[in-house]
Amino acid sequence: MIHNRTMIDPRPAPRNTLGPVAWLRTHLFNGPINTLFTLIGLYVLYLLVVPTVQWAFIDADWVGTTRDDCSREGACWVFINARFTQFIYGLYPRSEIWRANIVFAGFFTLIAWLAIPRLPFKRWVAAFALLVFPVIAFVLLYGGYFDLPRVPTHRWGGLMLTLLLATVGMVGALPIGIVLALGRRSNMPIVKSFSVVFIEFWRGVPLITVLFMASVMLPLFLPTGITVDRLVRALIGITLFQSAYMAEVIRGGLQAIPKGQEEAAAALGMTYWKRMGLIVMPQALKMMIPGIVNTFISLFKDTTLVMIIGLFDLLGIVQAALSDSRWLGFSLEGYVFAAFMFWIFCFSMSRYSQYLERRLNTGHKR
Amino acid sequence: MSEAALKPQDLMVEMRGVNKWYGDFHVLRDIDFEVKRGERIVICGPSGSGKSTMIRCINHLEEHQQGEIVVGGVPLTQDVKRIEQVRRSVGMVFQHFNLFPHLSVLENCCIAPMWVQKKPRREAEAQAMKYLERVRIAEQAKKYPGQLSGGQQQRVAIARSLCMHPDVMLFDEPTSALDPEMIKEVLDVMIELANEGMTMLCVTHEMGFAKTVADRVIFMDQGQIIEENAPEPFFNNPQSERTQLFLSQILGH
Repeated sequence: MIHNRTMIDPRPAPRNTLGPVAWLRTHLFNGPINTLFTLIGLYVLYLLVVPTVQWAFIDADWVGTTRDDCSREGACWVFINARFTQFIYGLYPRSEIWRANIVFAGFFTLIAWLAIPRLPFKRWVAAFALLVFPVIAFVLLYGGYFDLPRVPTHRWGGLMLTLLLATVGMVGALPIGIVLALGRRSNMPIVKSFSVVFIEFWRGVPLITVLFMASVMLPLFLPTGITVDRLVRALIGITLFQSAYMAEVIRGGLQAIPKGQEEAAAALGMTYWKRMGLIVMPQALKMMIPGIVNTFISLFKDTTLVMIIGLFDLLGIVQAALSDSRWLGFSLEGYVFAAFMFWIFCFSMSRYSQYLERRLNTGHKR
Repeated sequence: MSEAALKPQDLMVEMRGVNKWYGDFHVLRDIDFEVKRGERIVICGPSGSGKSTMIRCINHLEEHQQGEIVVGGVPLTQDVKRIEQVRRSVGMVFQHFNLFPHLSVLENCCIAPMWVQKKPRREAEAQAMKYLERVRIAEQAKKYPGQLSGGQQQRVAIARSLCMHPDVMLFDEPTSALDPEMIKEVLDVMIELANEGMTMLCVTHEMGFAKTVADRVIFMDQGQIIEENAPEPFFNNPQSERTQLFLSQILGH
């Protein structure tokens, strides 16, 4: 039996399924119980948000130089204002702050350049950022060359130190992690067992212990006369510690790539490093973006632990400022500020990773 | 056809007394067999009979434990350089295509010529387009594998192999993962290739293909070569009982 059918033209959707009112009705007010929950939720939100806004903005004091400029009814942002330079640069000498500013400007310019897809010469900029910029940054920050007065690392601090620790940790941990992950999957017994022992050792030890070891124990083992800067020791400790975590994230990604990919590459005559570098890693890294960024974010926040060995990162310097007798009693403002700064950076990383995932998606998921 | 990474020789593939075990399981048992230049060979047999394992030994995706495999005059040993040399002249097409999903169709075909044979990009691309045209898929060159149908992907995989100018092509069940209506487009490309004189080893259940192009059909069961014959006598007058049973099962419906 043959039905003779004519094509049906599309008709507009019923009015009550589109638009904000319909959205509210279907999502928040569909039935008495959900309406009740919505109203309770709104009330709780009201209880939380209104006093917070009141404290942080409406009753807050923004201008002034001493604690007497604060009415004490809301937040006293005067405290943050007065100490802002210190929070950003630590104890870096005021007269030399322009050097740190150049490094900051270069740092953010390079990151923006690499992050914005439209800008050209990505490869050269990346090479510059990895090879040349660290040298420039070091010479500028540390000094001792070109008549720049030397600024020892124990005077570095604040946000500058946090960013330094986090950036070096990330840039160092990723390649070491890749090598360790490949090593752990290797068939060569020595390479494999070295990677396993390395990863399991560093993963099994708390970061605080690593930092303690780096600052207290390491000098005992070094020959007399050789001293390694405390900041450098912390950097090495953080990098090795994070590379173990990174290695496991990367290994997870490698395992998700079908074996056929490597076989196809091998069948085309590619060597091991070409198979990994051209075929397996690019696919694995793309899948690992959430895991890698997760590790980066936790690394960023873990840098606060350097406080324990006497380095003053952003949180450390805020805490130090809180014990200043002229500013006693403003710990809430201090911690809110520190939390907000950390949140800005971590949230930016998170958003960028989501953007990257969308951009790199070639629609091959099957 | 070939750019002769291997010495020109009459015998392209030789296997002598090849044995292989997966743990305790004896997958390949005393395999003796050879392929001359230009020969088209179809290998069939029930699943688990070791036919895929056998052809995967030829480019050393699987390692054999006993016996000797010589490809284009180069004996396969543990030596990685030799293995890579053999692989450069042996193309392979997989059941699940194994295209590189992060690369476009064109890049899939260029990556090995550029990185293994060190061809300049323009030359590699021109050549890739030539082979993509031959498998009738040039208009999809800018797409990614995930955007193509199974039959299209398999044709790209064939083109990708051809871009390396192989002396031998191995096909490991190239149509088994395809929807029925896409099998023909892939088989047509394979038949054309066979007619141009490519040395081919195909593991397949497409008996029509075997009848059309094969010089020899090999039947394997339980890791052994049971029967080896030209297609006409193989199909019309199979010698062993197991071959008869297999053929009746596969041709019976």
